[in-house]
Amino acid sequence: MTDLKQIINTKLELASSPHVHTKLSTERAMQMVILALLPCVLSAVIYFGIYQLLIFLVSIGISMGTEYGIKRIRKQANTLSDGSAFLTGLLLALILPPNFSLVFTGLGAFVSIAIGKEIFGGIGYNIFNPALVGRAFLQAAFPVQMTTWTKTSFNVDAVTSATPLGGFKFDGIAADLGSMFLGNTGGSLGETSALAILIGGIFLIALGIVNWRIPVSMIIGILVFGSLIWMINPEAYMNPLYHLVGGGFLFGAFFMASDWVSSPITAKGMWIFGLGISLIIVIIRVFGGIPEGVMYAILFMNAWVPLINRYTQPTIFGAKK
Amino acid sequence: MSFFSINKSFKGGVHPDEHKDLTENSAFEIMPYPTEVILPLSQHIGKPSKVLVKKRDLVKSGQVIAEPDGFISSIIHSPITGKIKDIGKTASVGGRPQEAVTIVAEGEDEIVFMEPLDAESITSEMIIERVKEAGIVGQGGAAFPTYVKLMPPKDKNIECIIINGAECEPYLTRDYRYMVERTKDLIVGIKLIMRALGVKRGIIGIEDNKPEAIRMLKEATIPHPEIKVEVLKTKYPQGAEKMLIKVAVNKEVPPGKLPLDVGVVIQNIRTAISVYDAVVKGEPQFTAALTVSGFGITTPKNLIVRVGTTIQQVLDYCGGTNDDARKVIVGGPMMGVAQYDMSAPVQKATSGLLVLTEPEMKHSQETNCLRCGACVDVCALNLIPKDLAKFSKAGKWDEAEALGVTVCMECGTCSYNCPANIPLVQWIRLGKQRVINIQRSKQNVS
Ligand code: SF4
Ligand code: SF4
Repeated sequence: MTDLKQIINTKLELASSPHVHTKLSTERAMQMVILALLPCVLSAVIYFGIYQLLIFLVSIGISMGTEYGIKRIRKQANTLSDGSAFLTGLLLALILPPNFSLVFTGLGAFVSIAIGKEIFGGIGYNIFNPALVGRAFLQAAFPVQMTTWTKTSFNVDAVTSATPLGGFKFDGIAADLGSMFLGNTGGSLGETSALAILIGGIFLIALGIVNWRIPVSMIIGILVFGSLIWMINPEAYMNPLYHLVGGGFLFGAFFMASDWVSSPITAKGMWIFGLGISLIIVIIRVFGGIPEGVMYAILFMNAWVPLINRYTQPTIFGAKK
Repeated sequence: MSFFSINKSFKGGVHPDEHKDLTENSAFEIMPYPTEVILPLSQHIGKPSKVLVKKRDLVKSGQVIAEPDGFISSIIHSPITGKIKDIGKTASVGGRPQEAVTIVAEGEDEIVFMEPLDAESITSEMIIERVKEAGIVGQGGAAFPTYVKLMPPKDKNIECIIINGAECEPYLTRDYRYMVERTKDLIVGIKLIMRALGVKRGIIGIEDNKPEAIRMLKEATIPHPEIKVEVLKTKYPQGAEKMLIKVAVNKEVPPGKLPLDVGVVIQNIRTAISVYDAVVKGEPQFTAALTVSGFGITTPKNLIVRVGTTIQQVLDYCGGTNDDARKVIVGGPMMGVAQYDMSAPVQKATSGLLVLTEPEMKHSQETNCLRCGACVDVCALNLIPKDLAKFSKAGKWDEAEALGVTVCMECGTCSYNCPANIPLVQWIRLGKQRVINIQRSKQNVS
């Protein structure tokens, strides 16, 4: 009666409940994020030319190669099929300046995976967003190349090829908000087009892959903190809408801060995280020596995530508040 | 349909594929009488019943063959007419062999009914006595003896009963069939339960994926203003006691407490039907009603079978399983038990028998935890499943206890939703069991 033969014969599974599962898997989630980034890739190619595809290729290739190599050396199971190394490479490429050196790109991708991810033990264990770790390294090592901006293909008569935020900070020039929305301004490959970012971002929120609380809290944060500063002196400080569509803000909100592994798991924690990032961005942009701040703000808040999780544990249902 | 619903709901939860369409329009079929039945002596929560018969005794359907042992226990009736073949260990749901009485059919089916009682004039004491005599156990899954639930401690002030018509487990349509096939009897059953408890308020909670049942019950309750139909958003685990109470009467049952503590008693749809049958028809609970479904079974059905019919017999009656069948589940897909021994019997509270295929289970590769928070987001009890599982797996019982592992109701929502496909509930169940054992042994020492 209760013998093993029967199990083997009938190939019946016995794992305990629940016996059904959502369609979403790690692999599928990564695939969906990659899909959601295609509009940004497209905008990079449209505005900055076909050469940019090489940056994508190198970044993704070196990311995957690095992960494969490290897993081999450590004699661990190969995890390339989960798609996360591909995604890290893609994300890194999207936050690099146009026409960036391919050698440096490869170096950044190597650092992203080796230092950003594998040193901590691989997928799920890293504290910082790996792509941002790679970019922070490049920023420190090659500051000039990392801030050399190219004019977009349709912007031949623009006076400067600086980014809108840089232009405002150093030269007091306000860019046209419409161009910023479409992406027709200087900036990193995937960061210039608000439109492309929103298409992908909203798609991911609809699928439940990006938790809406993080981008929403960041957007509310940047508008509120940006307005507060702006109201002090509208002449000297930037209109909050520039904070919103300028630089890497939207890309950071939808694709970087919302990274599963390096963001909080509690609802309250996500709000604190998102608002915190925006506050730091505004402080850096307004009072700091550099026009941008999204990368540092996210990395800084990444470090606080374990603590945020600990202090925002929800009250158990029915327990006294 | 349910995604944008404005009907009442709770925080968290998920929407698994329902697959109710496989059986929702199939009226109950009465499965023919089996040649042999196996009656476990423990088909309920509490102490196993005491056997009153010996080998080779002749019994009739409806005759008492085992009596309650202690307060929380139940009477068991013979579901068929025949001869006691054996008393001893047999296969069971879940796999562990258990004490049971085996009866072989012999001669014509002769049913001994109890004396029918008048539902209008019957007193509270008589209802409770009848429910006990009929051996009724709760049909919502836990199989708690119903008469005990009708006698709450005197210091608890019960304000209302909630009839759980959510049937939030995917696939299952048993309660739905009762709601549409025996609407009037159901109302009488609910009123009997209300009278037994002396409460003036009854609420039937139904998920909004059952519009026909809602329409019929709303119509049937017009002459009974004390019973209200509450339409709930379709979402798992809407039928969990704590969720149902929160949504229906806006009260939260604190951790470690019972519905009784907030003045509520919950009963299942079929329990109310069984109460009706026991009082009005004099019929003891010797049948089980179950949905047989899934893409691995030839003909999905809603069935009424004699208790003790084996799983194999039920599967055969539904045309058998097909080649894609990968898992047999007793109960629903979220909380049911995987079964491998098909000679185990259907019990009083068995509500479903599912044969699932690979595509409907959608299992994927397990990966590391991605700290995505998807489990935290959906846990209706506000627990942190990821950490409960992590600490249970690592044997850190104190940490697991501090995070509320014993509060978990094992609803399976977190595992369902985890993209990394980590068997969270499996670990949490282990941790919960351990922590409860540790707590008990501490109590015994002090
Ligand atoms: S099984 Fe437990 S931890 Fe998981 S969702 Fe249900 S109650 Fe929460
Ligand atoms: S849902 Fe799974 S992967 Fe996500 S945090 Fe919970 S356990 Fe980790």
